[in-house]
Amino acid sequence: MSRSRLRSSRARQDARTGLALISPTFVIVFTMVVLPILWTVSLAFQQVRLLNLRTTGIIGDYSVENFTAVLKSDGFIDALVTTLVYSVGGTASAIILGLIAALALRKPFRGRGFVRAALLLPYVAPVVAAAFVWTTLLNPQYGLANEWGTGLLGWEEPIAFLSSRDELSPFGITIPIPTALLTVIAFEAWRSFPFAFLFLTARMEAIPNTLEEAGELDGATPTQRFRHIVLPQLLPTIAVLTVLRFIWTFNNFDDIYLLTGGGAGTEVVSVRVYNFLIARGDIGAAAAQALVLAVILAVLVTAYLKFFGRQEEAA
Amino acid sequence: MSQATVTETATPRTTPPTGRGTRRNAIERRVLRVLRPIVIALFLLAALFPFYYMILLSFRPLEEVLQNPGSLWVSPSDIDPGTYTDVLKSEEDGGQGFLSFIRNSALVAIGTVLFTLLVAVPGAYAVSRLEFFGRRRISALFLAVYFFPAILLAVPLFVFFTRIEMRGSLVALLIVYVAQVAAVSIYMLRNYFDTIPVSLEDAAAIDGCSRLQTMRHISLPLAMPAIISNALFIFMIAWNEFLFALLFLLERRDNWTVSLGLSRLSGSIEVPTTTLMAGSVILTVPIILLFFISERWLTGGLTAGAEKG
Repeated sequence: MSRSRLRSSRARQDARTGLALISPTFVIVFTMVVLPILWTVSLAFQQVRLLNLRTTGIIGDYSVENFTAVLKSDGFIDALVTTLVYSVGGTASAIILGLIAALALRKPFRGRGFVRAALLLPYVAPVVAAAFVWTTLLNPQYGLANEWGTGLLGWEEPIAFLSSRDELSPFGITIPIPTALLTVIAFEAWRSFPFAFLFLTARMEAIPNTLEEAGELDGATPTQRFRHIVLPQLLPTIAVLTVLRFIWTFNNFDDIYLLTGGGAGTEVVSVRVYNFLIARGDIGAAAAQALVLAVILAVLVTAYLKFFGRQEEAA
Repeated sequence: MSQATVTETATPRTTPPTGRGTRRNAIERRVLRVLRPIVIALFLLAALFPFYYMILLSFRPLEEVLQNPGSLWVSPSDIDPGTYTDVLKSEEDGGQGFLSFIRNSALVAIGTVLFTLLVAVPGAYAVSRLEFFGRRRISALFLAVYFFPAILLAVPLFVFFTRIEMRGSLVALLIVYVAQVAAVSIYMLRNYFDTIPVSLEDAAAIDGCSRLQTMRHISLPLAMPAIISNALFIFMIAWNEFLFALLFLLERRDNWTVSLGLSRLSGSIEVPTTTLMAGSVILTVPIILLFFISERWLTGGLTAGAEKG
């Protein structure tokens, strides 16, 4: 009797201690993340500018004007398409590169630890420094890429990687080449393939050797073993990576802002949000665009999870 | 299931593989044997070359770079460390003032680490060990916070701190950083606390320790490796952060972080590229050093969530 009372008093005490220990984090996260997001929703429905900021309160004139203005404004749909192309291209190439790297480093060799660590550098290095080196390397006047391209590869003139949209016309058909967009996608792939590499390496190490050894004895070639034994085991990890990388790339601001400033057909929605907020001081429109971006992302991710979840069930 | 596969695959082994199969096998093996080192070398080159180029350019005189942009080497006699003194010197002395940027970055990053750990370690312990009202929901909320897009927070936080006239202060930036990393931090630390056997704590409880005493004397020392790797992880995030530094500190040059300073100055034509490369090296070196010191711990922490998926 007294024993159980002791235990329940301990449980009650634990509950109180638990709440006390978690509450500082909860308060910070609530006031600095949850409330601001709710406030974004409120701001998106009001006509707020930096100039009249002081006079607007929680209770204001609500209207959907921001959304209609944003959807009709020049370039918003273009920015959405660019965001989508950038995210799909960046995510896919990062995962494919990560997979190739993980496969290449699968068998142990001397110095593998160093190589693994070195491959993670693009991911851990500060984005501002990485972007600055890339812009210097790709600079049309003194950049290494153009120096070698014109000197060794026989390019007719330097390519402005970060500020041009070109056209290629083989056989009389004009194909637009979004040079700058491809370059920022390449940068994204370079910076985030280590993340995929890390996750896939960890997963590969958990695959039991016996399956592959059996396959090898049966005369399965390396590509067959990859296709039928290794890849199926990696698919769940690849699915998780796809979601994570897609979410992060979709909202990415730093890379594109630093490389191109959103010029030459690389304006993604997050850069647009920044421009509306800082350059135009139009808080309402900035909030509305951020919200549209978040809603689209939520819909895409939910659809993906539903689709993928069902496939998992069927399998 | 696996048993069935084994017996199934065991049957063909008795018949020798066809000639075509073995030939394909041999060709594939040979191709892969050649390809593997090439692929590894290409990846290494891609990952390391930009950093090599960064260091190289930071030591080369500007005129020499413009004259001979393709050169990948700097002869020891041409090494020009003047870029470093130039970039570090304060503005009054004709430099770029990176020394004060370093101070700002370090203050914010170290402050973020200390403050985050102060709230996240007890929080993670509570989520891992103590049954309290709303525990599951709070964990779910914290995990969700990890995925909230920063750009969605940019607008309201910018407006909020402008309104209370704290935008431009390093303290405001620190608070925002703590809010964004505390949730991840709790998630990572909780995973570690979960691996510490409860029996150790029960033993302490029987000896008459209170919950908080148990936490301080038993669980915290055991969780030290995770706490340290978490601290390094937070430091890296705070040191590298760009968006909120840009939003908050743009007009306050005296409060610029290294990231912000580098990005602002690289836009102007007056500052030579080689000087800014020295700035890039200064920004990158602390992170790379920390990374190589803690690589083993960090990669473990980064993939800790992966095993669940």
